[in-house]
Amino acid sequence: MRKLLLVAVAAALPLVAAGCGEKPTVTVYKQGQYQGKPDKQPWDNEQFKGDKVAWEKALKARNVGQNEYERVAAH
Amino acid sequence: MARMKFLADAERCIECNGCVTACKQEHEIPWGVNRRRVVTLNDGTPGEKSISVACMHCSDAPCMAVCPVDVFYKTSEGIVLHDKDLCIGCGYCFYACPFGAPQFPQDGAFGLRGKMDKCTFCAGGPEPDFSAAEFTKYGRNRIAEGKLPACAEMCATKALLGGDGDVIADIYRRRVTTRGKGSEVWGWGTAYGKPESKPAARPGAKS
Repeated sequence: MRKLLLVAVAAALPLVAAGCGEKPTVTVYKQGQYQGKPDKQPWDNEQFKGDKVAWEKALKARNVGQNEYERVAAH
Repeated sequence: MARMKFLADAERCIECNGCVTACKQEHEIPWGVNRRRVVTLNDGTPGEKSISVACMHCSDAPCMAVCPVDVFYKTSEGIVLHDKDLCIGCGYCFYACPFGAPQFPQDGAFGLRGKMDKCTFCAGGPEPDFSAAEFTKYGRNRIAEGKLPACAEMCATKALLGGDGDVIADIYRRRVTTRGKGSEVWGWGTAYGKPESKPAARPGAKS
């Protein structure tokens, strides 16, 4: 009888221990390193010939042009 | 240069789908792929709201985090782009994206899932600028031409703003402080007077 009890305790022990050994289950994502081809800057082409300032100026003009309060008042 | 962003103004969007059409036409996007779409809430009831949705070029993009082959990269302007040559079409990015931006063309007799396609903010991809390869894989590169995305520039009511986050935030802020609130915003109050200056509403009348 005592032997049977010992076997039962020994069998239950891993289950009890498993409760103590719980690991965090929340996944923490890590950003991977880009594996593809390198891309150039948008001003490095035939149109802007590497002139970043000219590219920014062109883009800003269009950006501000979306504001009709400014656009309509200008005319 | 600050980060490039889209801003959709639900008070102005009239669900014309001009942005969707502009995107489709600009990049010659195949049938079944929608880089941009218009979502309407409470469709058919007065005061319904529509917004234009595409890739929002997240600052901390979940698609970049989950991609098993790391095809995503971010440009110096904060635009999230990807290399189609490496994409394995697994669809993880689709499940991770809160906006449903990644699209998968279906090819072949068995509806095989193709390589992922999404809004590029009209900035092309990692192929040489203005090349045929870039156009075929990613569409036109308007950013390299010094232009803004076609959808935002085409928007008739300027509900969809695109560009430098600081500038479009200023435009939107001025718009909100100028236009007021309630029925003034969507036209009824402007056309027929403010609700408080009207006599008691008749049964069945629009408010």
